[in-house]
Amino acid sequence: MREKMLVLLNKIINRMFIIFIISIIPCTVFSEEKSVDFIETNWSFKGLFGTFDRASLQRGYQVYTEVCAGCHSVQHLSYRNLSEKGGPEFSIEEAKAIAAQFDVEDGPNSDGEMFMRPGRLSDKFVSPYPNVEASTAANGGAYPPDMSVLAKARKGGADYLYSLLLGYDEAPEGFELDDGVYYNKYMPGNKIKMSEPIIEGIVEYSDGTNPTKEQVAKDITTFLVWASEPHLESQHRMGFKTIIYLIILITLVYMSKQRVWSRFGSNAKEEKEEETFDKIERAVTEYEGENPKTFK
Amino acid sequence: MSNEIKPKKRRDFLFTATYTIGAVGLGAAIWPLVDQMNPDSSVKALSTTEVDISNIEPGKTITVLWRGKPIFIRRRTKNEIAEAAAVDIKDLKDPEKDSDRTKNPEWLVMVGVCTHLGCVPLGDKGEYKAWFCPCHGTHYDTSGRVRKGPAPKNLEIPKYEFVDSNTIKIG
Amino acid sequence: MSEEKYIPKSKLGQWFDSRLPLLTLTHHLTSYPTPKNLNYWWTFGGILTFCLITQIVTGLVLAMHYVAHVDHAFESIEHIMRDVNYGWLIRYVHANGASMFFLAVYIHIFRSLFYGSYKAPREIIWIIGLLIYILMMATAFMGYVLPWGQMSFWGATVITNLFSAIPLVGESITTWLWGGYSVDNPTLNRFYSLHYLLPFLIFGLVILHIWALHVPGNNNPVGIDVKKNNNETMPFHPYMVMKDLFALLLFITVFLWFVFFAPNVLGHPDNYIEANPLVTPAHIVPEWYLLPFYAILRAIPSKLGGVIFMFSAIFILMLLPWLDTCKIRSSTYRPIYKKFFWLLLFVVILLGYLGAKPPEGVYLILSRLATAYYFIHFLVILPVLGRYEKTDPLPQSISDPVLDKPGVFDKFKKAAAKYEGENASSFK
Repeated sequence: MREKMLVLLNKIINRMFIIFIISIIPCTVFSEEKSVDFIETNWSFKGLFGTFDRASLQRGYQVYTEVCAGCHSVQHLSYRNLSEKGGPEFSIEEAKAIAAQFDVEDGPNSDGEMFMRPGRLSDKFVSPYPNVEASTAANGGAYPPDMSVLAKARKGGADYLYSLLLGYDEAPEGFELDDGVYYNKYMPGNKIKMSEPIIEGIVEYSDGTNPTKEQVAKDITTFLVWASEPHLESQHRMGFKTIIYLIILITLVYMSKQRVWSRFGSNAKEEKEEETFDKIERAVTEYEGENPKTFK
Repeated sequence: MSNEIKPKKRRDFLFTATYTIGAVGLGAAIWPLVDQMNPDSSVKALSTTEVDISNIEPGKTITVLWRGKPIFIRRRTKNEIAEAAAVDIKDLKDPEKDSDRTKNPEWLVMVGVCTHLGCVPLGDKGEYKAWFCPCHGTHYDTSGRVRKGPAPKNLEIPKYEFVDSNTIKIG
Repeated sequence: MSEEKYIPKSKLGQWFDSRLPLLTLTHHLTSYPTPKNLNYWWTFGGILTFCLITQIVTGLVLAMHYVAHVDHAFESIEHIMRDVNYGWLIRYVHANGASMFFLAVYIHIFRSLFYGSYKAPREIIWIIGLLIYILMMATAFMGYVLPWGQMSFWGATVITNLFSAIPLVGESITTWLWGGYSVDNPTLNRFYSLHYLLPFLIFGLVILHIWALHVPGNNNPVGIDVKKNNNETMPFHPYMVMKDLFALLLFITVFLWFVFFAPNVLGHPDNYIEANPLVTPAHIVPEWYLLPFYAILRAIPSKLGGVIFMFSAIFILMLLPWLDTCKIRSSTYRPIYKKFFWLLLFVVILLGYLGAKPPEGVYLILSRLATAYYFIHFLVILPVLGRYEKTDPLPQSISDPVLDKPGVFDKFKKAAAKYEGENASSFK
C-alpha cells in the first residue's frame, strides 16, 4: 500500500515537472515575438571601459541646440556640466560663452521685480516652455518629454533613441494616421507626434564631419546618454578598479581562511583518525550482521 | 621542529597583508560617505556672485547674499574714509591699515558675519557709528575693524574684484 | 551557548562585566559553537546582516539630500545623481542593494526550506525571520515610491488600492493611508517617514532572530543535532567569520558589478519619468522581488479574493513548522520531499516570470496553476508527506553522513583492508 503510493506520487511529480516545462516554452516564444530589433551601431560608451567620444558629444550638443531645444527641455543639466570632466569637455571659456547666449530669469531685484540676465555656468539649461501645460498646448496636445534622463527612461536606451530617430517611414497600407501623427517603426504603437526631426544636412558641423542622418542621430543620442548619466566614465573607471581590488582581496581572504581552518584540522587530526576507525568498526559490524560474505 | 617557524612567519605575512588590503578597501568605501557631506558641485558653482553697485549712494550699504552669508557693500562718505584712515593701528586688537582692507577707499566690501560667534552686525550703530553686533556687544569701526567687545578679529574681507566701475564680482 | 561561565581575565574587565556584561556577550558571540559541516548556503545570514547595514548607512546619507515633496522629489534624486559628491554611487548602491538584499533573503529562505531549519526547536527563529521578510517588503515598497517616478506613483496607487478590497471599511482605510483622495504629497511624506523607521525595526528583529538562533544553535546540512564538545562544532570566530567573509566578498563582487556596470537593469525605465497622475504606464510591474506575489494577486479573478490569496501566500509560511510534520530536517534524507522542494522553487520562479507578463491568455492559466500548486504544496503535500514518506536512514553524527551514500561500502572495504593490514585482529 505504502510502496504503491510512493510510486504513484513519484509519477505525479515527474508528470507535473514535464507539464510545467512544456507549458513554459510557448510563453517564451510569445514574448520573443513582440520585441523589435533596434538598428545596430557601435557605442563607444558601452562595455567595461566605455568612454564618451568627446567630439561626438560636442556635435551632439550642437544638434540639441539647433534641432531639439525648440521643443525639448533638459532641465536637469547645467551649463557648467558642459565643461566638466567626462562630458563634452568644452573649455570653461567656451561653456561661459554658451551660457551667456541664453537669457535667464533672475530676481526679484531690489524693486521686487523679476529680470532677465545672461546665463551663467551655474544656471540650469533654459527650457523652451515655462511649464508642461504650455508645451503641451504648443505641440498639439503631446508633451515633448524632458530629455535629461530620456536615455534611461526608455526600454532599450541608446539603441531605442537612435532607432527611433531613424525609424520614420511611410505608413504601411491600411494603417490609419491622424493629422500631425507620424509613422515610426520603433515607437511603441508606431504612432508618434514628433515630425521627423533629423533630415539630411539639418546641421552643419564646424569640425567638418559629414552630417548624414546616421551621424546626426548618433551624435545626439551620445549627448543624451551623457546627459542622463554624466558620471558614466568615472563609474566605469571606478568599477574596474573595484573589481580588480576585490579579486586581490578575495584571494587573500581565501588563503587566510584556508590557513585558519587548517589549524582546526591539525588539532583534531589524531582524534579524528581514532573516531573514524571506531565508526568503520561499528558500520562493518552492522553490515556483516546482514551479509557476512562481503568481508573476508 | 625546525620547519615550524617558517610557516608561522608566512602566516603572519599573509594575515598582515589581508588586514592591510582590507583596511585600505574599507577606507575607500567609507570616503564617499564622508565626502558626500562636502559642498556639492552645484553649490561650488555658485561661489561667485556679480553685484551691480551703480545705484548705491554715498553713505549707503547694500547687503547681498554670497555662499549663504551676507556681504556688506558700503559706499563710504569722505568723513568715514578719513576717520578710518586716521586710526593709529597700534591701538587695535587686530591691527590692519584701512588701505589694506579696501581696493578702492570709497568701497568697503566685507563679510557681514561677526567674528565672535557668527551673528550679523547692525549697520550705523555702536560707538563708532558703524557696525555693532547685538549678540554680545562688539563694536566695529568704519573700516569694519573690531574696536570693543569680545570679537577677536576684524570683519573678514572676501575675495572680490571690480569687473568694471559698476560691477563687483565676489568670490 | 557556551557551557562554562566566562570570567574576564583583567580586574577592570571583571568590574565592568559584572555591571554590564558586554564582555560576556562578546565572548559568547565569538566562541559560539557552529557545526563544522555548514556549507556555503549558511553564509547568507552574515551576508544579509551586511545588506541591512549597507542599506541603513547609504539610506541615512541619501536622506541628507533627498526632498520628500512631490514637486522636488524627482529633482532631488537627479541632484543626488549629478551634483552630490559620489551621490550617483551611493544611490546606485542603495537601489541595487535592495535587490541584492532580496536575492540573499530568498536564498536564505530556500536554504531553510531545503534543510528543514524551520522545524523544532527553531520555529521562533523561522517566524521572526518571516516578520523581517514582511517588513523588508514594506520598506522596499515605500522606498520605491520615494523617487516619485511613474512606477513609484502607480505602484503606490495599485498597492494602496488593495486595501479598498476590504469590505465596509476599505475605502476609509485607503483614504487614511493616502491622507487625501489619491496618492499625493501627504502619502509621499508618510512613506518617507516609515521608510526611515522600518529598517530600525528590522534591525531589532534581526537581533531577536540571532538571539533565538543562539539558543538551539545552527541547524546543519545533515539536519541532526550536533554533539557539543565532540569535535563537531567549531567556534564562530575565527572559523565561521573567515568563511562568511570570503562568501561575503564574492557576494559584494556581484553586487558591485551591478552597481558599476548595470545599475538600472533591475529597475524599470518608467521610473525615470516623473510621476504623472494623468497617465498610467502601459504595464505596471512591481520590483522583481515582489513579482511572485503580484502574480498570485492577479491569478484570482476577484478583487478581495486576490488580496486574500496574496497575503495568505506569505502568512501560510508562518504555519510551515506545523504543516510539515516530518521529523527529519534535511531533505537529503527525504527523497520525495526533495523533488517537491525543487518543484516549489520552480513554481515560485515561474510565478515571478508571470508577474511581469500581462494577465491574459496562457499567462493567466499558468499563473492559476502555479498559484494552486503553491498552496497545495504547503497545505496538502507537506502534511501528507510527513505521514507517508519513507525517509532514508540518518547517519549517527554529522561527521560521517558519507556512511549512507551509495558506494560507501566500497570505501569501507578499502579502509577495512588497510586497517586489517596494520592490525588484523580487529575484525573477526
